[in-house]
Amino acid sequence: MRLIVNGNETNVSAETFAELLLELGYEDMPVATAVNMSVVRKKDRDIVRLKEGDRVEILVPMQGG
Amino acid sequence: MDPVQFYDVSVASRLMLGTAQYPSPAILADAITRSETDILTVSLRRESTGGSGGRDFWKLISAMGRKILPNTAGCHSAKEAITTAEMARDVFDTPWIKLEVIGNADTLQPDVFGLVEAARELCAQGFQVFPYTTDDLIVAEKLLSVGCEVLMPWGAPIGSGKGLNNRFALKAMRAHFPNVPLVVDAGLGVPSHAAEAMELGYDAVLLNTAVAKAGDPVAMAEAFALAVKAGRLAYRAGAMEARDMAVPSTPVFGQAFV
Repeated sequence: MRLIVNGNETNVSAETFAELLLELGYEDMPVATAVNMSVVRKKDRDIVRLKEGDRVEILVPMQGG
Repeated sequence: MDPVQFYDVSVASRLMLGTAQYPSPAILADAITRSETDILTVSLRRESTGGSGGRDFWKLISAMGRKILPNTAGCHSAKEAITTAEMARDVFDTPWIKLEVIGNADTLQPDVFGLVEAARELCAQGFQVFPYTTDDLIVAEKLLSVGCEVLMPWGAPIGSGKGLNNRFALKAMRAHFPNVPLVVDAGLGVPSHAAEAMELGYDAVLLNTAVAKAGDPVAMAEAFALAVKAGRLAYRAGAMEARDMAVPSTPVFGQAFV
């Protein structure tokens, strides 16, 4: 399935958000997630299913002022 | 030092510190320690697949054991800021959000209309909002009316190091909102700027670049910590009235005729 992950076209086999995080190597990181501009909370990642062309955001803690 | 309260949390340090632009993670950690800060600001950003910057940064910050104040830096609309705040709450597990809605990319001036709109929605959702705002009293009143219990007016544009650009307006804000925690956020360059804000009766200051971009960030962190303490003590001590004319401090009575 083709997704846009953080602005980059990415081919993945994951079907849920939780599987996507595993596939992309984020499994042990605190991350914030959204799909098509809607927040996907931690507790919902197992049930939110992805579909072709979804725009996914995966954000991590970074330096900030 | 008397503690300061933000929402339901009381902290000892009146210096809030940003975590960006330090020369190295080790210097950031040392600067945090020397600043004695209780509150650190952080952001949420994309990381390329497989990158470890976010993981390493979060490991370092978690180990410091400070209260986390996530920001919405870089957001240019209320919608963007609201979404970012919701994502931050999910990651950092805190209702605190430093709300920034930027109106102009050059000046980084807050879009106060978007700010009030976003604050209204976030307060309704149960967030405890720390709005980065201007020194405009009416905007401040609007922010309070939608549920903000802290105000963070700018001293000068973000990263400029200019200090308190409008001392009169900041003084008026302090007088107008005697019971609202007020934090000067942004624009401070040297410790005397922080002391000046505290002498005006501000409850705290929030800074980043002034420490991170100093020649020795760790020493500068301590300098700011001392300045904040000095300014707070001076405010509580009560400053003398300024006079237009000289007045001798040594008694003239009893002076010898020689």
